[in-house]
Amino acid sequence: MDDTGAYEGMLAETITVPGDGGDRIHAYFARPLGAGPFPAMLLFHHIPGWDEWYRELARRYAHHGYVAIAPDLYCRDSHGTAEDVAAKVRAEGGAPDERVIGDADGAIAFLRALPYVNGRVGVMGTCSGGRHSVLVASRSREGVDAAVDCWGGNVVTPPERLTERQPVAPIDYTADLQAPLLGLFGENDRSPTPEQVAEHEAALRRAGKEYEFHMYPNAGHGFFYYQYPQAYAAEAAVDGWEKLWDFLGRHLAA
Amino acid sequence: MCTMIAEKIEVAGSGKARDRWFDLAQTYVSFDHPFHYRREHALSLDFVNESLGPGARVAVELAPDAARALAAAILRILDEGAKAEGA
Repeated sequence: MDDTGAYEGMLAETITVPGDGGDRIHAYFARPLGAGPFPAMLLFHHIPGWDEWYRELARRYAHHGYVAIAPDLYCRDSHGTAEDVAAKVRAEGGAPDERVIGDADGAIAFLRALPYVNGRVGVMGTCSGGRHSVLVASRSREGVDAAVDCWGGNVVTPPERLTERQPVAPIDYTADLQAPLLGLFGENDRSPTPEQVAEHEAALRRAGKEYEFHMYPNAGHGFFYYQYPQAYAAEAAVDGWEKLWDFLGRHLAA
Repeated sequence: MCTMIAEKIEVAGSGKARDRWFDLAQTYVSFDHPFHYRREHALSLDFVNESLGPGARVAVELAPDAARALAAAILRILDEGAKAEGA
């Protein structure tokens, strides 16, 4: 999308899609106008909730030629400002993993059924959504073609931190990982720590999985988030986006 | 928000959000990424009443040292109050 002489347009709106257990849940959906075929991306929002940044993210993907959907993983918990809802869900222990997988499968099936999608679907998330990306790329019944984990905490989870809602550390599903995985991390992050990222990388290597991890110096948690000055790291963000477009272009093109 | 260190307790009291008071029913206590305070982790307190919807919320995000100082001050003041009530 870099031709000043070309027509460009997109459609972006809230829709409902089938989620876990057949529930209909809200999702933000953005796609380029045109016949396609376009690759598709499923986006998992972070613990701050189904917020403005994720709507922008969906539109950013559409601008780059992807059909993008960001389901509201807290749709059943409450409605209000994203922050108020997120505070409630955080106190209750976050979205249950099984429900997230069910919601993801509903969204993936929806994407693959669209006439302008090329059949290839990637997943991406940041923060808790990065963990969801790894989880779904390992457990999805619909299958994914590429996965992006941006600083997902608790992929490596100490046993004492496992809960009823998150009963298994995603690293323990590494043998089941279905797709190439891109990981973007910051050296100053404390969740995940560089040691936890190294542990995940070692597990991927042992299992013979295709992956590429990038660890940025002078960056911490959430270095794409321009709205959080304490988190944003411009150099890492610019390079991270370049890595991301390159990775997805290689794995999701028709 | 990747630590997921959080707890919910039942409370009684009142909180003021925007221009109205409401009955408090729960408080969320967490150590995780703040929504607004500019550091990676903070001690967050959300005073809420879930029966009134998620907007019934008074939110505070504190630096960890400040939160400890506050907790100590609360206990000191409560002890003094108990003494005064007993007197």
